Amino acid sequence: MGEKVQRREDPRLLTGNGRYLDDLGRGALQAAFVRSPHAHARIVDIDIADAWELDGVEAIYTWEDLPGRVAEPLPVLIPHPAMTHARTGYCLARDEVNHVGEAVVMVVARDRYVAEDACARITVQYDTLPAVVGVARARDGDRLVHDDVPGNVAANLRQEVGDVDTAMAAAPHTLTLELAIERSACMPMEGKGVFARWDADDGSLRLYSSTQTSTGVRAAVAAKLELPLAKVEVVTPDVGGGFGVKIVHPWPEEVLVPWAARNLGRDVKWTEDRREHFVSSAHERGQLQEVTVGFDDDGRLLALDVHFWHDNGAYTPYGIIVPIITATQLLGPYKPGAYRVEFWSLYTNTVLVTPYRGAGRPQGCYAMERTMDAIAEHRGLDRAEVRSRNFIQPDEMPWDHGLMFQDGRPLKYDSGDFPASLAKLKALVGWDDFAAYREQAAREGRRVGLGIGCYVEGTGVGPYEGGHVQVETSGRVNVATGLTTQGQGHQTILAQIVADELGVPFDDVHVTTGDTRRMAYAVGTFASRGAVMSGNAVALAARVVRAKALRIAAEALEVSPDDLDIADGVVSVKGAPGTSIALKTVAVMSNPLRYAFDASAAAATQFAGTFDPDTPPVGDDDEPGLEGQDFYSPTQATFANGMHAAVVETDPVTAEIRILRYCVVHDCGVMVNPMIVEGQVHGGVAQGVGGALYERMVYDEGGQLLNASFMDFLMPYASEVPHIETDHLETPSPLNPLGIKGAGEAGTIPVSAVIASAIEDAEGFPIRSMPISPAELWELRRRHAASDPHPVPVQEDPR
Amino acid sequence: MKPAPFVHHAPRTVEEAVAVLAQVGPDGKVLAGGQSLVPVLNMRLASPGHLVDVNGVAGLDTVEVTAEHVRVGALVRHAGLERHDGAAAALPLLRQAVRHVAHPAIRTRGTTVGSLAHADPAGEMPAVAVLTGAVLEVTGPRGTREVAADGFFLGPLETVLEADELVVAVRFGRLPAGTRTGFAESARRSGDYALAGVALAVSTDGNTVTGARASFVSVTPVPDVLVLTPVLAGARVGALPLDAVTEAVRAHVDPESDIHAGADYRRMLAAELTVRSLVSTTTGVREGAA
Ligand SMILES: Cc1cc2nc3c(=O)[nH]c(=O)nc-3n(C[C@H](O)[C@H](O)[C@H](O)COP(=O)(O)OP(=O)(O)OC[C@H]3O[C@@H](n4cnc5c(N)ncnc54)[C@H](O)[C@@H]3O)c2cc1C
Repeated sequence: MGEKVQRREDPRLLTGNGRYLDDLGRGALQAAFVRSPHAHARIVDIDIADAWELDGVEAIYTWEDLPGRVAEPLPVLIPHPAMTHARTGYCLARDEVNHVGEAVVMVVARDRYVAEDACARITVQYDTLPAVVGVARARDGDRLVHDDVPGNVAANLRQEVGDVDTAMAAAPHTLTLELAIERSACMPMEGKGVFARWDADDGSLRLYSSTQTSTGVRAAVAAKLELPLAKVEVVTPDVGGGFGVKIVHPWPEEVLVPWAARNLGRDVKWTEDRREHFVSSAHERGQLQEVTVGFDDDGRLLALDVHFWHDNGAYTPYGIIVPIITATQLLGPYKPGAYRVEFWSLYTNTVLVTPYRGAGRPQGCYAMERTMDAIAEHRGLDRAEVRSRNFIQPDEMPWDHGLMFQDGRPLKYDSGDFPASLAKLKALVGWDDFAAYREQAAREGRRVGLGIGCYVEGTGVGPYEGGHVQVETSGRVNVATGLTTQGQGHQTILAQIVADELGVPFDDVHVTTGDTRRMAYAVGTFASRGAVMSGNAVALAARVVRAKALRIAAEALEVSPDDLDIADGVVSVKGAPGTSIALKTVAVMSNPLRYAFDASAAAATQFAGTFDPDTPPVGDDDEPGLEGQDFYSPTQATFANGMHAAVVETDPVTAEIRILRYCVVHDCGVMVNPMIVEGQVHGGVAQGVGGALYERMVYDEGGQLLNASFMDFLMPYASEVPHIETDHLETPSPLNPLGIKGAGEAGTIPVSAVIASAIEDAEGFPIRSMPISPAELWELRRRHAASDPHPVPVQEDPR
Repeated sequence: MKPAPFVHHAPRTVEEAVAVLAQVGPDGKVLAGGQSLVPVLNMRLASPGHLVDVNGVAGLDTVEVTAEHVRVGALVRHAGLERHDGAAAALPLLRQAVRHVAHPAIRTRGTTVGSLAHADPAGEMPAVAVLTGAVLEVTGPRGTREVAADGFFLGPLETVLEADELVVAVRFGRLPAGTRTGFAESARRSGDYALAGVALAVSTDGNTVTGARASFVSVTPVPDVLVLTPVLAGARVGALPLDAVTEAVRAHVDPESDIHAGADYRRMLAAELTVRSLVSTTTGVREGAA
C-alpha cells in the first residue's frame, strides 16, 4: 500500500495481448441492426423480403417476433419517487422511434458484412413526427416526445435547506446567472459488445459483455429470458473503457443477442461500431441552469437558489441519478447558507442520457464556480479568497448539508481539509505571482488568464462489494471481486492490498474481476467506487483468511495466534523467526483431504497432530480450505475533493485558446498506488479538457447528430492535453478500514469550470456557456465590442 | 460500418490497371492509400462494384528532382515525400505543407497523388499544387495526357479525371531562385483538417518584395492562386502593407460555415494566417529559401 507499483496489466494490454469482446467468438454468427434514421416517427411498415434473399442471412427479427418479457419495455433500473414519468424503450422499437439510432430490426448472419448488406436491403416506412431537440425546446413543452408525458417532464425534484426566500430578501447583494453546458459522451475506445453461447443440452447461457456490471447483466438477462439465475453466467473480458456508458444495463443488444443465440442454437455476437456508439448508446452533460445567489459584503454566501433543466434524452432507464448529483454536489466545499435547488429532467428526441465520468458533477461544479467568480468580480475580491471564506472548515467535519444524496442517504461529508488544499493549489500554480506574469505577458502582446475550480465528490456509494481470497497449496493467492475492470489498474491495486493484509509477495496474488462464476454478488464499477468498495472488501476477506491461517498455524506450532505474524508468505513466531510454517503449508493443513501431490503436502505431514477419533475432520464452525470471503457495505458515500487551476492564453486576433499550465491538488484519502491515482487524474483532466474546449454533440433541429464520427466529434489528442502538475493531500476517510476515497472521476469534474474561469479572466467578459471554441470566443468578443466597451461581467444571457 | 461487396483487382502494371479501369467503367474506383476512400466505403457513402488497387503497381513509388520540378509518383506516401531531403531542398514548400496533412499514421498510408485526385478543398497538397503550377500525368484507355493543376480541380471532390483514368504522377514546379515559401494553418486539433490555411511564395530583391502569391486551404471551393504582387511589390520587408494584404485575402476567399467555425471566422483566420506567414517568411524566421 502506498507504493508506486508498476501496473501489472500494462505489458499484456500494451503489447496487443488484451482479449476484448470482439476477440472472442471466432465463427459466431454476427448481428447488425437497422436503426431509425428519424428522431421521432411512427413505424408504418417494415419490409424484409429483399434481405432474406441474401446468402448467409440466418435470422431477421422485428418487435413482432419477440416473445414474452423480451417484448416488454426495458426496465427502469433506478426508480425515484420524483420520477413520475419514467419511460423506457423496447429492445426493438415497437411502433414509435424516439431518437435517431434506435434499433428497429435485428439481422443475424454469417458475418457482419452480410448482416450489414441485409440491413441495407430492409426498408422501413415511417410517418415522421416533429422532433424535440435541445433543452430549451423541451422546456417549451409545445412539442412532446412522449404523448403521455406533459411538458416533456420525466421528473421534477425540489430540495430546500433553510428558508431561501427570507435569506435572499435579507442579503445585501444578489446576482443571477444564466448558464449553459452542452452534451458530450463517454466515448470509450471500445464500444459495447455482446457474445452469447447457448448450451442447449445444459439449458444454460454463457454471456460475455463489454460491461461495467456483469452481475447486473446476469440478473437482467435471466429475468428477460426467463432463465434460472443458476443457468446464466456473465463474464467480462478485457474492456476498452467504460466511463459510465457500460453501467447501464441491460442494453437492448444484451437481451437480444443471447435470445437469438438460444433461438438459433448458435453462438451469436454483436460488436458495436463507432457510428452506432454515437447514436445508440448514451450521452451526458446537457443542462441549462439559472443560479440566484445572495451574499454579504465579504462575499459570504447567504442564500443560493438554483433551477436547472436537464436533458435526459429519449428514455430514462437509468433514472435521474445525473440531475440528483448535480443538485447535491453543486455545493462543493462551500456552506451555501440557505439552499434551494429545483430541477426538471426533460425528454428530448435524442440519444438517452446516463452517467458519464463525473456524472452530473461537472455541471454542478460549473454552476457553483461560475457563481463564485461572479461574486468575486462583483465585490472586487480575489477569487481564491471568496472561495476560502465560504469553505467548510476541517473542524466542522463531518458536515451534513441536510440534503439527500444519490444513494438516498444524507449528503454528509466525512473528511477533507479545504483550506489546506487551497494553500497547496495556490503555491503550485503561483496564484499570488500571477498579476506580475499577466503584466509581463501583456507587454509582449499576449493575453493570459488564470482560472480556478473546487469540487467535492461523493465516491464509493454502496450498497456493497465483496471479496474472496483463497490461498492455494502452491502459495498462489487468488482474489476475486465482482466489480468489473476497464483498465483502471484493479489487478494491481487489489493485489497490493491483499499482499499487505495477508503478508504475501505481491507477485503471488492474482486478481479476477467481473466474472459471475467467481463472485456472484456484486454491484459494478461506477461512482469512483472500485478502490473504496472492492479495495476494502478484499482487505476484509484477506483478514478472514489471515485469521484462519494464524489459527491453524498456532495449533500446529503450539503457540497463541497473537504471537504469530505473516510475512513474505511465511507464518512465524514473533521474535523467533526460526519457528515458522509456510502459508502454502497452512493451506494444505486447512483441507483434511490431503493427497500428497506436491512438496507442500509432504511438508505438512510433519505438523500432523494427534488424531482425535471423536471430532469430525472439519470442525463445526470450520470449512475446508484456506480461503475466506467478506463484504464491505458502507453506511454512506465517502467524500473526496480537489481543486484545479489553469493558466490559459487566448490569441488576441484569432481567439485560439491554449492551456499553458494545468495544476491539480487532489485528496482521495489514503492512496493505494499514487501512480495510478495520478493516472486517473490525468485521464480525467484529459476528458475534462475535451468537454471544455472540444467536444459537443451537434444535433440539427430535426434531431440528426451531425458529428457522429471521430472526424467531427473532437476528442482531444495527446497534443491537446496539457502537461498536468499534481499535488496531493491525504485526509483519510474515517468511514472505511483502509481510509480510501474514490479517485476515478475526480480529474474530470472541475475542468469546464476552471477553463471558463481562466478565459473569463483573460478576456474580461463573462463566459456563461461551455464548451467554447475559438470561433465562439471570437464571436463573443465581437458581441462585447459592439455592445459595450466595458462589458458588465454578470447577469448576462448564456449566449 | 462494413463496405458493400466489391471485386478487388490487383494489377501489377499501369497498363493492366488502365485495362481493368476501362473494363469496369464508372463502377470502378482506384484504391491508393485508402485513407479517404476506405472510410467512404465503410460508411457506405459510395459502393463501387470494383476496386482497382494500385498498391502493387511497379514503378509508381519514386520521387524525382530535376531542375524544373519535383515529380512525385502515384504511390509515394505523404510520409515518403515529407522525408525526402532532395524534394525539400528543391521545393521547401512540399515539406512545409505535407507535415500538416493528418497524422503520421495516415501519412504513412495516404498518397500525395491520392490527395490531389480526391480534391478535398480542405487538403493541403491541392493548394501546393496550384501555387507551384503543378502538372498531373494522367493515363487512360485513350492514352496519356497532362493536366495543369490550375484546371484540374472543378469543385469540392470533383476533378477533370474520367472514371477510367489513373494519375500516374504529379510534377510540382520548382520556384525561381530567391523565392521564399511559407505554409501556415489552424486546425481545431493538431493534424485535423484545417479551419483555414495558406501557402505562400514570396520573391524579394534584397529587402524589397518583388512578387507574392498565395493559395488557400479550406476557404476556397477549389484551390486557386491569389496574386499579391500588386499589393506587395516594392514594399520593404519589415514594413509590409499588412492591412492591404488582409483586405486582399478577405476579398479572395469564400469560406463556408460548418459546425467547427463560421464563414466570418474562417475569413478572418485566412487573412491573419497570411499576414503572419508573410511576416515570418520575409523575415526568414522559420522558412527556407527555394
Ligand atoms: C483521420 C484523417 C485525417 C486526415 N487529415 C487530412 C488533412 O489534414 N489534410 C489532408 O489533405 N488530408 C487528410 N486526410 C486524407 C488523406 O490525406 C487522404 O486520404 C490521402 O491523401 C488520399 O490519398 P490516399 O492514397 O489515401 O487515397 P485513397 O483514399 O485511396 O483514394 C482517394 C480518392 O482518390 C482516388 N485516387 C487515389 N489515387 C488515385 C490515382 N493515382 N489516380 C486516380 N484516382 C486516384 C480514389 O479513387 C479515391 O476516389 C486525412 C485522412 C484521415 C483518415
